[in-house]
Amino acid sequence: MEISYFAIIIGAIFVNNVVFAQFLGICPFLGVSSKVDTSIGMGAAVTFVMALSSIVAWSIQEFILVPFQIEYMQTIVFILVIAALVQMVEIILKKVSPSLYQALGIFLPLITTNCAVLGVAILMIQKEYNLLQSFTFSVATAIGFAMALVLFAGIRERLELDGVPAALKGNPIALITAAILAMAFMGFSGLV
Amino acid sequence: MKSTLFNMVAVLFTVTLIASAGVGAVNMITADAIAEANAAATTAAVANVLPEFDKTDISEQTIDDMTIVVYTATKGSETVGYAVESMTKNGFGGAIRLMVGFGADGKILNVNVLQQAETPGLGTKMTEEGNVLLGSIQNKNSWEVDFKVKKDGGELDALTAATISSRAYYEAVARAYEAYKVACGYQETADGVSGATAQKGGQNE
Amino acid sequence: MNKMQIVLNGILKNNPTFVLVLGMCPTLGTTTSAINGLGMGVATMAVLIMSNFVISLIKNFIPDKVRIPAFIVVIASFVTIIQMLMQAYVPSLYASLGVFIPLIVVNCIILGRAEAFASKNGALDSILDGVGIGLGFTIALTLIGAVREILGSGAIFGFSLGIADYMPLVFVLAPGAFFVLGYMMVLFNKFAKK
Repeated sequence: MEISYFAIIIGAIFVNNVVFAQFLGICPFLGVSSKVDTSIGMGAAVTFVMALSSIVAWSIQEFILVPFQIEYMQTIVFILVIAALVQMVEIILKKVSPSLYQALGIFLPLITTNCAVLGVAILMIQKEYNLLQSFTFSVATAIGFAMALVLFAGIRERLELDGVPAALKGNPIALITAAILAMAFMGFSGLV
Repeated sequence: MKSTLFNMVAVLFTVTLIASAGVGAVNMITADAIAEANAAATTAAVANVLPEFDKTDISEQTIDDMTIVVYTATKGSETVGYAVESMTKNGFGGAIRLMVGFGADGKILNVNVLQQAETPGLGTKMTEEGNVLLGSIQNKNSWEVDFKVKKDGGELDALTAATISSRAYYEAVARAYEAYKVACGYQETADGVSGATAQKGGQNE
Repeated sequence: MNKMQIVLNGILKNNPTFVLVLGMCPTLGTTTSAINGLGMGVATMAVLIMSNFVISLIKNFIPDKVRIPAFIVVIASFVTIIQMLMQAYVPSLYASLGVFIPLIVVNCIILGRAEAFASKNGALDSILDGVGIGLGFTIALTLIGAVREILGSGAIFGFSLGIADYMPLVFVLAPGAFFVLGYMMVLFNKFAKK
């Protein structure tokens, strides 16, 4: 009686891609995606935090918010948990693996306000997923996010070299490029 | 202001305390209104899927670990239909909730989608009027419907490019039918709905 | 600073959508129709005004190191309050805006204004800044929603114009959101940002 994990993964990465179909995490998507290197770093950092936060958020919902009937505190509790988690990851990473911290460190503070992280936590509760499904969903969503970021960075590196009309420079051309990519991603909906 | 451990803890504690108190207070004020709004939505959905009635009796059943609510509608002393609030967790975007109306004669009268998070433009077509999912079961005798899409060897149409959504929709209707059979006294206890349709959702679906 | 100027700044010179390019997620995600855009804009404005007001009042009591967490708690509380009010009194709008209501918490506009304006200015100015930025955001969202609704479903504020059959549905789908916002930014750059 479970939706197959395969459908969750394909759905979260391609069909309902977090950036192109659900419009979550647009700010880092537009802000960080001008170079392929940085976008890989950001993608990795987001994947790491999302995987952790999905487990923590799910447990809090299941063992604290629901038993005490304070589901309405969900937004406040989740954002605090994510903020605290990001801080913790930063501190631990600094101590345990300075090289990884060097690579991901600058992206970590940005993640708290990445609405994809909070969005996924809220969505997986709304979809009534169990723990393993929530974890799968979060990781797959993060992979979809990283993929969108890297794909887009590749395109933007090329755009830099092209002659773009003045009024279209910067964000407008990025958005229009994203529109075309989103259209391409709609093609995946036939997969299911 | 300069930060010391004491004032950091004290300020954060105070802010959080006041904030939670405020949120709790608003929750108390709005809890009734939210319950009322939800009840109004349910009543509207019941009225939408059933013929005219005077009052409804509510009963609950648990099928496949999900709570299914049956509203038995009566007019005068006569039962005119059953509205069943059913659900599935196998939608493409997770849970789907439906209100299914059965006539006293067992016909499927109407289906009203209460909650879904399917792909916009594809799976969300299930909420539109005159969609193929509703079209393939509306006004059919419920015991003659197999609740399977053609892809799974059944007789029912699926939404274009949304097989998983369609399958989940029919699964929820099938679960409503199981609850209906108990409510109208045909069966003592409800059968589960076979999960076979969901497990087939493996590769290249 | 002139009080009127603060409000106008928020609408034009510091327009959160077209100039600051903040809060893109709800801008793209909720503008499938003019009424949804308007609803999202008003909800965000309400949170912004209240959080700006409260933060400008308590700014002197907050130690620097816990400034951001304290702001987030204040913002999250107001978001939750708005969330409950909408659930109670406009349930259908609440349902169509979905996950984007709780996500107002992480809308960069709100934390951004708290940091850049409310933590440095008095209560009245902070409220006016909230009104200005909020109006700028609401106007932008309503405009984008209206354009997408007309082009995609041939209607405006839910009133059908009788041309739905000739309109490309893609404008209410995901690509349309990026497309319309992109070209509206072009127009804004060309004419308003002189």
